[in-house]
Amino acid sequence: MSLVTFMFYFFECVTAVAAISLVFIRNVFYGALLLIVCLLSLAGIYILTFAEFVAITQILIYAGGVLVVIIFGVMLTAKISGKPLVVQHGNVLGGVLVSGAFFMLLTWLITTQTFREQEPAIATSDSAMINAIGIGLMTDFILPFEVAGILLLVALIGAAIIASTIKSKKV
Amino acid sequence: MFPLHHLLLLGALLFSAGLLVVITKRNAIMVLLGIELMLNAANLNLVAFNQLYSQQLNGQMFALFVIIVAVCEAAVGLAIVLRVYQYYQTSTPDEVTELKD
Repeated sequence: MSLVTFMFYFFECVTAVAAISLVFIRNVFYGALLLIVCLLSLAGIYILTFAEFVAITQILIYAGGVLVVIIFGVMLTAKISGKPLVVQHGNVLGGVLVSGAFFMLLTWLITTQTFREQEPAIATSDSAMINAIGIGLMTDFILPFEVAGILLLVALIGAAIIASTIKSKKV
Repeated sequence: MFPLHHLLLLGALLFSAGLLVVITKRNAIMVLLGIELMLNAANLNLVAFNQLYSQQLNGQMFALFVIIVAVCEAAVGLAIVLRVYQYYQTSTPDEVTELKD
């Protein structure tokens, strides 16, 4: 087993274990940390599957942005009593049934399919692929790129207004 | 090259775990974490299928846009959770049953 294969299955195991333990954890803060472990090891898998730009974006945005926002959210919604925020579970039977059945269905579908053979990996350098992504963003994907910019602006303004503590006038 | 089935099975596991978190946890922030997990499962499938066509980048582009949408969703969702918490003093979704007073 080569080192790359070992890394691949290592990252897969870390991701799976983190995702499963997110189901059982009751402390929201530990849940946020587990989610970050899961997303960072997903970034490792992305690197091994020749998607370096997506991996770097994942690390930058999730570890740098979403983690901070979620931990702020956890701290701002914890009652000021020094106790950690503990979550109750509800709908356990229905949830286990639904997601277990869905997982079984997906597993059956995936294992019974035969997919197209993978093209042999063409040895393109990383900078060539990042070049292609940049050119693609400005040519083929210009419309979704601009719409994503507008969406980010709208989300920024909306989140700032919703979360601001200034009392809005009653309508 | 890695077998595609393993990536897809990991994606299925992530999606099911996220679904279970969304259904069972009685805390709005945990529900948001579950939604992030489900979005990442979709992302993993996009990257995995993009691996089949090494000349094209469509799957990676879609993954980038999914990440952008996930960030917007997390920001606005947490802002709403904070606002609801200030008003109702709870972050349990089941206890918030009214939209206005």
